[in-house]
Amino acid sequence: MIEVKDDWCKGCNICIDRCPVDALEESDKLNKRGIRPPQLKKENECNYCRYCELICPDLAISVIPDEDIKKVEKKTLLSPVGGIKK
Amino acid sequence: MVEVKTAEELNKKFLREGMWPTIFCNGCGHGVVLEYTFWALEELGWDMDKTMFASGIGCSSRLPGYINADGLHTTHGRAIAFATGIKAADPDFNVIVFTGDGDCAGIGGNHFIHAARRNIDMTVIMINNFIYGMTGGQLAPTAPLGSIATTAPYGNIEHPFDICELAKALGANYVARWPVSHPYQPIKSIKEGLQKKGFSLLEFLAPCPTAYGRRNKLGDIKKHWAWYDDNTILIEDYDKIMKYGSVKEKEEVKDKMQIGVFQDIQKPGFFELYDQLMERLKVEENKKREGKK
Repeated sequence: MIEVKDDWCKGCNICIDRCPVDALEESDKLNKRGIRPPQLKKENECNYCRYCELICPDLAISVIPDEDIKKVEKKTLLSPVGGIKK
Repeated sequence: MVEVKTAEELNKKFLREGMWPTIFCNGCGHGVVLEYTFWALEELGWDMDKTMFASGIGCSSRLPGYINADGLHTTHGRAIAFATGIKAADPDFNVIVFTGDGDCAGIGGNHFIHAARRNIDMTVIMINNFIYGMTGGQLAPTAPLGSIATTAPYGNIEHPFDICELAKALGANYVARWPVSHPYQPIKSIKEGLQKKGFSLLEFLAPCPTAYGRRNKLGDIKKHWAWYDDNTILIEDYDKIMKYGSVKEKEEVKDKMQIGVFQDIQKPGFFELYDQLMERLKVEENKKREGKK
């Protein structure tokens, strides 16, 4: 699951372009700037690599791994960006 | 193991949220550098009351305003001079300087040279977008040959300034250059630079779609960010190709920008040597006094 702070997003779409598994898309709703913030696709292969969280220039995205759905998680190179410790 | 955090928790800790969202344009690379600095600070676990930020004038120099720590927003080009002052007043402070290419390489070049020569313990994060973005797109000293700016409408004919080579020649302890389009290497590099005693320079190649990309026909945000992937090469690869590569391969990488860690040494800093000097003088003074008695 990703959380997007809608009003912080400026709509550069870098997260959508650079997602390694192409899991993001523009949402239908508009924010107060009149742009469409990103959201997860309904069927996605998000493995919580947290790339979008790290590259977002407006710090608007937080990645929170789902606890109930078991997927293969990608291990990242840095310790503090490797997902919430369970 | 370090406690793991999400971006939201990080924002609560480091960000002055009242100032947010930033003034930066859509697709600008400055916010990314701020975020990389947050992650590096988070990994180091520094006390933010003992960390000070300094900046000059320009887009990049607005960054300390967004950080929930003490900062100095100083005159144009003088950020490093003010940072030297902070360090001289209290060497316990960790000093980080955010500066731009016009601020550091252009107007503040001499301050930069002498801070690097003295090896003063600070980290300079220079964000290079090849242009004076805030004032309307004038030509910066780091702009590549042939680039278009408002003060160079027919193409730049001045050779660009390679600030990393300069810092290397001056013997700065840590010199690295990275594009902002990949997160992990810059975060690691910022961490190493902050930990380093002595002068460390981190140059970031940041996209400026509004002032630079638009005039130079680099395309939309996606293409402009990809330009940095296509036109940079790791220093290790560059050296290998220049040594063993064929003529065609050499021709291909000749004009690309080198990225990576250029220098990683450990020279004694200014304040270490200053402390040693004071100790030596004290011993000599005591000897003289004993002789008089």
